[in-house]
Amino acid sequence: MKNLKIILILSMLIGSFISCDNDDTPTPIVEEEVITTMTITLSPVGGGSDVIMQTRDTDGDGPNPPVVTDPVNLTANTTYNGSIELLNELETPAVNITEEVEEEDEEHQFFFVSTNSIATFSYSDMDGNGNPIGLSFTLTTGAAGTGTVTVTLIHEPMKSASGVSSGDITNAGGEEDIAQTFNVVVQ
Amino acid sequence: MKHYLLIVVLWFFNLAHTQNCTYTFIGEVKDFHDGTPMSGATVYIETLNSYTTTDINGKFSVKNICNGKLILVISHIGCETQRLDVDINGDTFRVIDMEHHIEELHEVKVSGVAPKKLTKTAQETQLNTKTLERFSALNLGDALREISGVSSINTGNSIVKPIINGLHSSRISVITNGVLLQDQEWGIEHAPNVDLNSAGSINVIKGANALAYSGDAIGGVVILKPLGISLKDSLYGKTILTGQTNGRGYNVTTSITKTWKGGWFASGQASKKGFGDFEAPDYLLTNTGLNTRAFNLSAGYKTFEKGFSFNYSHLKNEIGILRSAHIGSINDLVNAINNSDPILIEDFSYDINSPRQNVTHQILKAEYYKRFKRFGRFEIQYDYQYNQRFEYDVRRSDDNKPAIDLNLRTHSIRTGLKLDSNLKTVYNFGIHLRYQNNFANPETGIRRLIPDYDRYDVGVFAISNLKWGENTDLDFGLRYDFNRIDAQKFYLTSRWLERDYSNDFNNIIIGSVFGREIQYGVIDFDAQQLLTNPVYNFNNFSASAGISHKINKAQTLIFNYGLSQRSPNPSELFSDGLHHSAARIELGDLRIKQETSNRFGATYQLNLEQLDLNIEGFLNNIKDFIQLVPFSTEQTIRGAFPVWNYEQTNAFLFGIDFGATYKINEQWNLSNKSSFIKGRDTKAKTALIDIPSFRTNNILEYNNKKWLDFNASLESEWVFRQNDFPNFNFETLNPTTQQMVLVDISTPPPAYNLLHFRSDVTVPLSEKTNLNIGLTVFNIMDTSYREYLNRLRYFADDLGRNFMLQIKFNY
Repeated sequence: MKNLKIILILSMLIGSFISCDNDDTPTPIVEEEVITTMTITLSPVGGGSDVIMQTRDTDGDGPNPPVVTDPVNLTANTTYNGSIELLNELETPAVNITEEVEEEDEEHQFFFVSTNSIATFSYSDMDGNGNPIGLSFTLTTGAAGTGTVTVTLIHEPMKSASGVSSGDITNAGGEEDIAQTFNVVVQ
Repeated sequence: MKHYLLIVVLWFFNLAHTQNCTYTFIGEVKDFHDGTPMSGATVYIETLNSYTTTDINGKFSVKNICNGKLILVISHIGCETQRLDVDINGDTFRVIDMEHHIEELHEVKVSGVAPKKLTKTAQETQLNTKTLERFSALNLGDALREISGVSSINTGNSIVKPIINGLHSSRISVITNGVLLQDQEWGIEHAPNVDLNSAGSINVIKGANALAYSGDAIGGVVILKPLGISLKDSLYGKTILTGQTNGRGYNVTTSITKTWKGGWFASGQASKKGFGDFEAPDYLLTNTGLNTRAFNLSAGYKTFEKGFSFNYSHLKNEIGILRSAHIGSINDLVNAINNSDPILIEDFSYDINSPRQNVTHQILKAEYYKRFKRFGRFEIQYDYQYNQRFEYDVRRSDDNKPAIDLNLRTHSIRTGLKLDSNLKTVYNFGIHLRYQNNFANPETGIRRLIPDYDRYDVGVFAISNLKWGENTDLDFGLRYDFNRIDAQKFYLTSRWLERDYSNDFNNIIIGSVFGREIQYGVIDFDAQQLLTNPVYNFNNFSASAGISHKINKAQTLIFNYGLSQRSPNPSELFSDGLHHSAARIELGDLRIKQETSNRFGATYQLNLEQLDLNIEGFLNNIKDFIQLVPFSTEQTIRGAFPVWNYEQTNAFLFGIDFGATYKINEQWNLSNKSSFIKGRDTKAKTALIDIPSFRTNNILEYNNKKWLDFNASLESEWVFRQNDFPNFNFETLNPTTQQMVLVDISTPPPAYNLLHFRSDVTVPLSEKTNLNIGLTVFNIMDTSYREYLNRLRYFADDLGRNFMLQIKFNY
């Protein structure tokens, strides 16, 4: 029977398709794109002990909130040399994201903002185009007081837009990779 | 049943030999299905130039003929022309089976000119080839908006998903060339992977009343059918060239079909589409280009009694997504909402950069059918679908490494048996089997949004169509579906605990993950991740009933009811991750059960000489309706993110779809299409999200056959503001200013009114070829607007004016 033949051929075809499935167990993925930890080391110019500002979120985009240094204690009327280290601690050993930012420095910029005029900031580094990055910067405190310092890392900012290279985030565009606010006590 | 003319053409092959031409041929014409004789038909004998008719027993005779070959061509206005060879060797008798089921004939006709519905008692609309050709350069979702009650949910202008009566994605089944599309259809940014140009017609059935196709299509079914194949020697095809100003691109599609009168056929179709950045009235939409390549090959053998065919189709879509819609934090979203223009506007370009999608869909299909006399039709079909989806995000390290790499493979077998020996009661039975495997490639370095899973589906259905008197049709259908999902999913331990899964689901944990090492059989909540093996078995029942009654020649009433159950899809169960263009974390829920819809529909149709009217109403009560709603906020290093999770509630949707055409005179037509819908969450007593607002289209048409079949129309598309929406707005802290700001994600955009113009002429080139030239202008006034159901409405305006020139060559 011709029909029977066709049905037979069809079912054989189907069988050969179904039988080539793999039953492998999936490989776990350790998130690559995440920055879990930002550590800012502030060294007072003229000596003194370093101040650490850190935010650390060990489950990345998971439900646990980041652990943040609170408060950050700074000395009044002091200039600090700041440097930033970024890590992905989901990996063991941790992956240093700072290097990736340095490699693509034209596509990254940190922005620093304080409230209650407790501090001012200036950039100490620049990318190939002479625009700031912010991996190293200076922080200068004013008189004693309390307020916040917010550190924002923008990926693909428009560095040539008005005010951006002098540290104004308003026209930067791009997307935020980090936006962390620290409570700061200046005394 | 009225019988029309039967024409029998007679050919003599023998030359003028000295033969004894005194034989008689007697034919008996019978109905193929039930064997009843077909009387009152006229038989025309060409050589003798004489007519005869079949008698009350369906018999006719041709006297005084010679030995040799006789070729009869029998046609019937309600039937397909039948051509057959008869060897005359002395007095000859032959039974001729005629097919007079109009509905069965579609597949052997060259083109279905008259709208051919697949159901009698459902709310169904058909878009014909001519309408579809106008949308050659656009999407399936764009074409379906021609139907009152069908709108779309968009991500930009290239990712367009149909919404039928307020429901979309997994609640709609798309069937292309007999294959139930399996292409990760749950996601709003996953448009159906079909090339509109491969369809000869599209039928849309609202509600779950088409149980022969699927049981869980609570919203409705979209059925794309290729152009039919004729049973004669011919070679035909068409080419459509479209160029448009917006996007500065083109679409070209061409098809060719060769048929042989024995029933063999072969056909091929290919399309290519290329667009650069599209434009809103005031700015360019950077990175919205699009590239599509598609082709389709078919070959087989088809006659009325039996046939088989093989089909392969390939579609590749590369779609750019508005660059400004890729955001990193809720702050970026606030900035986007508060800025009237997109943040990044670059010069025009054909480049497609990240964020972008790259999706390939392939279908391989084999089909066989056979009709048995006085019994019915049996069919079996196997299809294999291969869907590969890449999504590329803006990444720090490597934009060419996909963020999503999903590979979905589906095998399906469908069998169907249609018992139609008695025209008054037709039965349909079928079994559908399906196996599906989803593989999420770990190379992405980004946690899987959808886990690896195997899915097994079995569906069994029985449908009956009864004719009750001359004017009433009744349909009843029952369907049972079994769905099994066997997944392997990694959970962040913190997420597992936050979801409270440790109370109910610890038995599905099969291992703990430390770094990249899985320790099987260990449940350790200090591990970073947990490997689980959720297995679900769902039993779903669907039923449908409908009645269609012709009150008189002009008026018809239809009532129908559909019960359907839909299992949660993998995204509703397992979703787990950050959604970049929405700046939110979306979470599935392991506790989700199936949803159950009870839908009532009623239709009134009026067909007068000058006025056509179609009013469709529906009520749809969905118990345990699965929806994605805001749940809480979570702090990350990028600031706070809203968490949306899938929850179940009860929903009630109701609406009216209205369509009317008024013939002013031979040349002028005025028509209106409107649809009104409300969707309520009856538990929370709020509106449902993403319900289309009231919209009404008025079209003034002019047609003059004398001027090269000139057509022109002016259309006003008026979309009201959606005033009935759930308020999911919230406040967030702006870290820079340290002030709370409102995140207005809910407020719908204002109403808009667009004007479109369309015209075309047809130039006959020869008897069989013609050239059709069309000019279309979308959004004539270049109006700036945003649509509530466009997910990119926070970021940019919709498309501005677009001139489209289309040249269509039929041969």
